[in-house]
This record gives sequence, structure tokens and C-alpha cells, in this order.
Amino acid sequence: MQQQDLAQRYWHRNLQIIILYLSIWFLVSFGAGILFVDQLNQYQLFGYKIGYWFANQGSILSFCLLTIAYSWRMNRLDNEFDVHE
Amino acid sequence: MSLEFLTYIFIVTSFAMYIAIAFWSRAATTHDFYVAGGGVTPLANGMATAADWMSAASFISLAGVISLSGYDASGYVMGWTGGYVLLALLLAPYLRKFGKFTVPDFVGDRYYSNVARVVAVICVLFISFTYISGQMRGTGIVFSRFLQVEIDTGIMIGMGVVFFYAVLGGMKGITYTQVAQYCVMIFAFNVPALFLTFTMTGHLLPQTGLGATLDSGVYVLDHLDGLVEELGFASFTEGSKSSVDMFFITAALMFGTAGLPHVIVRFFTVPRVRDARISAAWAIAFIAVLYTSIPAVAAFGRINLIETVNGVDGKGTFYEDMPNWFQKWENAGLVAWYDHNGDGRLQYAAGGAFTGKDERPDFWDVPDDPVSRSIYSNTRPVMNPSDGTFDAQQQPFANELFVDPDIMVLANPEVAGLPNWVVALVAAGAMAAALSTAAGLLLVIATAVSHDLIKKTLRPQITDLQELTVARVAAMLGVLLAGYLGMNPPGYVAAVVAMAFGLACASFFPAIIMGIFYQRMNKYGAISGMLIGLGSTLAYIVYFKFMGGSADQWLFGISPEGFGAMGMLLNFLVAYIVAHLTPPPPLAIQRMVQDIRVPRNQGSAYY
Repeated sequence: MQQQDLAQRYWHRNLQIIILYLSIWFLVSFGAGILFVDQLNQYQLFGYKIGYWFANQGSILSFCLLTIAYSWRMNRLDNEFDVHE
Repeated sequence: MSLEFLTYIFIVTSFAMYIAIAFWSRAATTHDFYVAGGGVTPLANGMATAADWMSAASFISLAGVISLSGYDASGYVMGWTGGYVLLALLLAPYLRKFGKFTVPDFVGDRYYSNVARVVAVICVLFISFTYISGQMRGTGIVFSRFLQVEIDTGIMIGMGVVFFYAVLGGMKGITYTQVAQYCVMIFAFNVPALFLTFTMTGHLLPQTGLGATLDSGVYVLDHLDGLVEELGFASFTEGSKSSVDMFFITAALMFGTAGLPHVIVRFFTVPRVRDARISAAWAIAFIAVLYTSIPAVAAFGRINLIETVNGVDGKGTFYEDMPNWFQKWENAGLVAWYDHNGDGRLQYAAGGAFTGKDERPDFWDVPDDPVSRSIYSNTRPVMNPSDGTFDAQQQPFANELFVDPDIMVLANPEVAGLPNWVVALVAAGAMAAALSTAAGLLLVIATAVSHDLIKKTLRPQITDLQELTVARVAAMLGVLLAGYLGMNPPGYVAAVVAMAFGLACASFFPAIIMGIFYQRMNKYGAISGMLIGLGSTLAYIVYFKFMGGSADQWLFGISPEGFGAMGMLLNFLVAYIVAHLTPPPPLAIQRMVQDIRVPRNQGSAYY
């Protein structure tokens, strides 16, 4: 029973982390790259209009950071809950 | 050394390397053949996944599409990379824990139903064959462009190579060849890209060069926006598609990417759950090396094209003064010119220079005698020029040029004035991109037949060795069929590719996600969801692509390319409702779901 309880709590933590990361994923791609692209394009940083930058480079960069951070975070969570292989 | 000779050396050397690797790592058991023995390191798997995923389309076509349509093509960039976040967070770790061989395996076991398994097999075969015929075609095109052999001959050579190493090596063989192919293709794409960036902006990296200034002190993108708007095109950095359509297209590509069986299966090859997470991170990083470079190549290519054709004074360039590459690619049919205003100069602006489908030129073959050749020395004659009218308010002259998007990558080294070995390298890179994807798909096809159809459904009694033989035979037949499809492509390749993504998005993705995250989901819900998703997406695409439905009939303004995302929503909705009207899945299945959520084996009753 205790082991099941532990698995439940592990799963809830995992879901919280997933929701947080997917919110960022949504914001940098669908948000900044599509829905708010016109508003962001009003501003320029170096040679990029910001909306355009998110759509073509910023989103990809964020995707890399997100997956790296998730794998690091989850591998640590596995150890915390002692469920690693 | 001549270009042709160098190209042969590069291609033959790289092929020999792939075959040697496959021979060294050939498969001895089904476990080797299906999942490379499950012992691939995360780094190698990340590289193999990147090569598996990046096809001839990514390598040759994507930069050109962005180059010609600007922001509107961003959906491809975001869609084809963002899917990896979904894979890393929602699919890869759990499917690795599930620990079987294929995607239909998961669908069939999780939904305790051979009907579900067979529906999944049909989806796998349809998606994979659609894709692989495009790759075979890509191999043939690369051969024909760089080595002047017939497309069909090129396809046969490509078939031979893939046949050898996929049939012999199985997953184990293709994993390590894909690692080599990744290195070849990334080097081949980035060498010309680095040179181009350096000559135009003084920056070393294409990724930062896109935001840099040109010699004139103007930012690259501002300069480009100015150039294209003057010629009557829409702004490069701002789109003309509606936000809704853009949203759905990007979503369909993203969720479709995460649902493609040849990508998912790569995560079955690593030893542990944590390795699946790490290798997903490696994969997106390796993909990003190419994908962040592509928008820069696209922008520089467009600037070069406009300035070369229209000249510094913006009045156009005489045909005789065009650089050598123009005539070379004109002969290959990738560029064409019709002198609408009869001034002997090429001019490039908005609008189609030719009429008909996609405004592609319809060339007239000049008879091979001295008189005809001297008459038509000035360009290849074309039979379908448009009427050459244009809006003088918007642009200075009519467009006289057809440009195939593929030219941006293929002609890049020549435009930048790079030595012949770089051109040969690009040929080898394009070949690596096409072959690596073809091999991955071929393996998925072979596995779906031998494992899911024969072993799990029709003849469960066959031994491991027999199953391995069946897998090899299936791979052989797969190569032959794919080659045939490559030689006789259905006339609607682009539409069919949209279909592959739409179907993966509307069928697999929801079924797998609900299988992991929604314990209550049962076989009735999953099967009806898959059928609704599949059926609605198929119907929408067929209606608008093949039965002549017009754009003003689009549902909520969603184009057929983006409808897969809507099909996915329908799938979720229907599955949820049906699951609640029918009994929950058996306890053993519910335990299995709990089990795949936790990395370490819990010793549950299911196993």
C-alpha cells in the first residue's frame, strides 16, 4: 500500500512538472510565434523582429532547453522517490 | 578534378562506409533486428533519431520554401521541432518502460484488442509507405541532379544500398549507419552555410548571422523586407496566412511528428527510462543544429537571388551576364525564364511567370542540330508563359522567372563561389538525409508485418528465427514497393505527405497519450476515437485535395494541411464519451498503466 502511495505522489509531481513545461512550450511557439506575433513584431532586438525570431529560432532554442531541463529534473525526481532503474 | 568525379568519390565512399558499418553491426536475433538489442547509448540514439527524422525534405526543400514564403513557412520550423518536446515529456519515457518492439504493440496490448492492433498496423503501413516513396524519389533526384543519371536508375541504386544495410543489419545496423549519416549531412549543410554567412555578414554562425548587419550597415532581415516589398511580394518577416490556419498547421505538424512510428520506435532502443529522456534531449539538440541554420540560409539565398537577377541597379541582368549556375540549373529544370518585356534581361518580381498548376514551366525540347541550338542559345524555350501583366503601383516590372525552392540549397555552394568539393559534399549530404529516413521507415514497415501482423495476430507459434526471416523478407518486399512508388509517384506527392502527418496526428498521438495518462480509457473508446480521427481527417483532405473543394468552404478557415489537429480533438472527444458509456478496462490493464508510469519495475502481476 505504501509503495502504491509513493507511486501516486511521484506521478502527481511528474504531472505538475509536465504542465509547467508544456505551458512554456505553448507560450514560445503558439503564443509568441503565432498568436501574438504581430504585437511582438513591433519590437526589434538586434536584427530580429521579436515575433519572427520566436517563430524561426527562439522556439527551437526553447525546445532544446525544455527537453534538457525536463530530463535533468525527472532523473533527479526518480532518485528522490527511489524509483530509478 | 572534375565535379562529377569528386561527386562520385564522395558518394561511393559514404555508401561504402554505411555498408561496412551495417556489416559490422548486423542483427542476429529479432531483439537486435527490432530494437538494436536495446543497448544503444542516449548520445548515439539522439544522433540516429535526428538522422532518421531529417529527410530529403528537411535537407533540400525546407530552406527554399522558407526562402520563397518567409514567415508563412515558420509552421514547418516550429512544427517539426516542437514535436520533440511532446515526445520527450509525454511519450518516450513511458513507451520505453512498456518495453516492447513497436507502436502497434503498445496499442494492441494497452487496449487488449487485436482489432486495435490491426487498425494501428494499417495506419503504420499507410504513413510509412507515403513517406518512404518520397525519400526514394529524393535519392533519385539527387543522383540525377549531381551525376546526370536517370531518376529511375538513381532510385535503383538507392534501393540497393538501403536494401543491403536495412535487411542485413536491422535496427542495429541502421542505428549506427544513421549516426554516420547524421555527421555527413550536418557537415554538408553547414559548410556552405558558414561560408555564405561569413561572406555576407562577417559572422561565423548562420544562427547569429541572420540577425547581423550587411556591409551596408543595414540588418539582413530589414534589407530583405525592403527588397521583397519593392518587388510586390508580401513582407518576408510577416505573414499572409490567417492566425487560425497557421495555428492548426503548426499543431498538426507538431502532434504528427510526435505520432510518427519510425521516430517513436527509436526510443525503444535505449536501455533505461532515463536514457529515453536524455536521448530525446540529444535528438532535438542535434536537429536544432540544422533547423536553426535553415532560416539563415533561406534569407541569404533570397537576397542573393534578387540581387543577382535584378542587378545592382534593379533593372535586371542580361542572360549572357548571368553566372554559370543559372544555365546549369535551367538545364535541370529548376529555374526558367521568359522574357515578357522583350528587353533581353531577366527580371524577378511577384507573380507567376508561367501559367498552369503551381506555375511551373513546361519546357520545349530544342532539337539537337546547330541551327536550332543557335536560335535558342538564349535560354530554354518554355511553352506556357503567363500574359505578363502586372500592377505598376506594386512592382516595377513583371516577373519573368520561375524558381524551384530546392535550388536554394542545391545551388548554394556555387552561388557563394565555393570549390567543387563542397558541391560534392552537399550531394553526399542530401543522399545521407534521404537514405537514413528511408531505412528507418523500411524497418517500421518490416516490423509491422513480421511482428504485429504475423507473430502477434496470424501465426503466434513461429519461432524467433522464423520471425527474423519473415522480417527480412518483409523488408525486401518493402524496398521493392517503395522503389516502385518512387519511380511512379502518385501525382500529388505534397498532398499525400500532408496526409501522413494529419493521420499520425489524428490517430496515433491521441491513442498513445490516453493509454498512458488516462487509466480509465478502454478499447471501445480508443478504437472509436482512432476511427473518427482517421476518418474525418481522411475525408477532409480527400475532399479538398482531390475532389476540388474550394478554400472558402474550409471549416473555420483551416486548410487540409492543418485539419489533422482538428481530427485529433475529435478523437479525444469521442474516445472520452464512448469510454464513459462502456465498462472500464480490466484490472490487469489498469495495473499495467500504473506500472509504465514509474521507471522501476514494481513486480506487478501484469508481467
